[in-house]
Amino acid sequence: MLSKRIIACLDVRDGKVVKGINFEGLRDAGDPAALARRYNTEGIDELVILDVTATMESRQARAHTIAAVAREIFLPLAVGGGIRSEEDAAAAIEAGADKVSLNTAALNQPELITTLAHRYGSQAVVIAIDAKREADRYAVYVRSGQSGTTRDAVEWAREATNRGAGEILLTSIDRDGTKSGFDCEMTAAVSDAVNIPVIASGGAGTFEHFADVFTSGRADAALAASIFHFNEKSVSELKRFLHARGIPVRI
Amino acid sequence: MIALIDYGAGNLTSVRKALAAIGAAVWTPTVPGELARAHGIIVPGVGHFDATRALGDEWRQAIRVSIDDETPLLGICVGLQWLFEGSTEAPGVDGFGAFKGTCFNFSEYVSRPLKVPHVGWNSLSMPRSSRLMAGIAEGTQVYFTHSYAAPVIDETVALCDYGVPFSAAVEHGHISAVQFHPEKSGDAGLQVLHNWIRTV
Repeated sequence: MLSKRIIACLDVRDGKVVKGINFEGLRDAGDPAALARRYNTEGIDELVILDVTATMESRQARAHTIAAVAREIFLPLAVGGGIRSEEDAAAAIEAGADKVSLNTAALNQPELITTLAHRYGSQAVVIAIDAKREADRYAVYVRSGQSGTTRDAVEWAREATNRGAGEILLTSIDRDGTKSGFDCEMTAAVSDAVNIPVIASGGAGTFEHFADVFTSGRADAALAASIFHFNEKSVSELKRFLHARGIPVRI
Repeated sequence: MIALIDYGAGNLTSVRKALAAIGAAVWTPTVPGELARAHGIIVPGVGHFDATRALGDEWRQAIRVSIDDETPLLGICVGLQWLFEGSTEAPGVDGFGAFKGTCFNFSEYVSRPLKVPHVGWNSLSMPRSSRLMAGIAEGTQVYFTHSYAAPVIDETVALCDYGVPFSAAVEHGHISAVQFHPEKSGDAGLQVLHNWIRTV
C-alpha cells in the first residue's frame, strides 16, 4: 500500500535554517545538512529546502546549500524559493534537487511548468500554492504571502496539473506557523480537483492534525517545519502514532 | 568502471551521487563504442518513454554486445520499462525486448482514491530470491514516481501493488532492473545498488 508521506521543510536563509510565524519574525534553527541528517535517521520520507529570502541570495549560494544536503541523504529532495526561470531550475537540479517547486514564477509564466515538465519530467515539477480563505474562495497569494492575486487555489491547481505539474504543495497562510491544524477543508477541495499528489502544509501542531489531514483532508503527504526542528515532536513518534491509527506510513 | 548512459531523459546527479557513496567509479560514455570498456552498464531515466528513442541502433547494438560478454546491466525506472518490449506511452517506440511484455498506464486499472502518477513509498514483496534484492526484507518500502509500469513476469524478483500488481524489480542472468529509485530510497536503495555493484 502506498504510504502517506511525512515531509520536513527546511526554510533556509543565508545558508541557515529559519522558521517564522506567518512568514514573519524568522528564527534561527540551525545548519541544513545537520538537520537533514537528523531527519534521515528519524525516518523522514522527503525533504524540501525552501529558500525563504531568495531575493537576497544568489543562485550559487542556493546550489551550495542543496549540494550540502544532497550529500547527506538519499531521499527525494525538493527545492523552492527563487526558482524564476528554466536556468534557476536547472541550477537547482544539477546541484542535487530531484524536484523544483515553483510559486510566483508559475503564476507569472505558466508556460514554465510545461517547459520544465518536458525537460525533466512532471515528477520534477512541484507547484507551490499559498492560499488564504476569503469570502467565497481560497485566494492565491504570491511573494511569500504578501501579495494577493485574482486566482483561486482549486482552479489554479487544476490548470497547473493540465500544464504538466507533478505535485501540488498547498500552504494555508491562515494556519502557517499557528500550530492550530492543517486547513483540511481547503486541502480536500484541491485534492479532489486534481489527479496528482497534494502535499498539505501550514498549521501542524499535534499528531492528531496529521491524522486529520490524511483522512478528512485527503492529503497524499504532509509537510511541517517548526514542529520538528525544535525537537518538539519526533518524526518516528509521529509515524508510530499514524500507524496505530491505521494510516499507512513508512516505518 | 560503470557506464551510466545519458540519453537526455532527466537528471543523473542523484544516481551519480548514490553510486559514489557506495564507492563505485562511474563515467558517462559519449559514443556507443565506449561501452566495450564498461564493467557494468546502467540505463537510468525519468520522464517519457519516447526519450528512449535516443537509444538508437548503435547504442542497442553496443549494449547487446556487452550483454553477450556477460557485462551486468541495470535499468532504473524508465530504464526498466525500456528493457521490456515497449510501452503504451509511446506505441511507435520499440523497447530493448530483454523481458516479455508491454508497459501500461496505471489509469487503465486504477481509480479514486488512488491517483496517477504513483508517487511515494510503497512496499515490496519478493516472489523468489535474487542477487539484486538480497538482504531486502519482505515489506520494505522504496520510493516510486511513475505513471507507467511493467507487468509481472517470470523474471519478476520484487513486486509492488498499486491497484494492480506490477514489476518493481526484474532479474535474468546479467540483466536486472528496478522500477523504484534506489538512489532515493534511503538505506534499502543503497543496499540494492550495492548488491548490483557486487555482480560487476
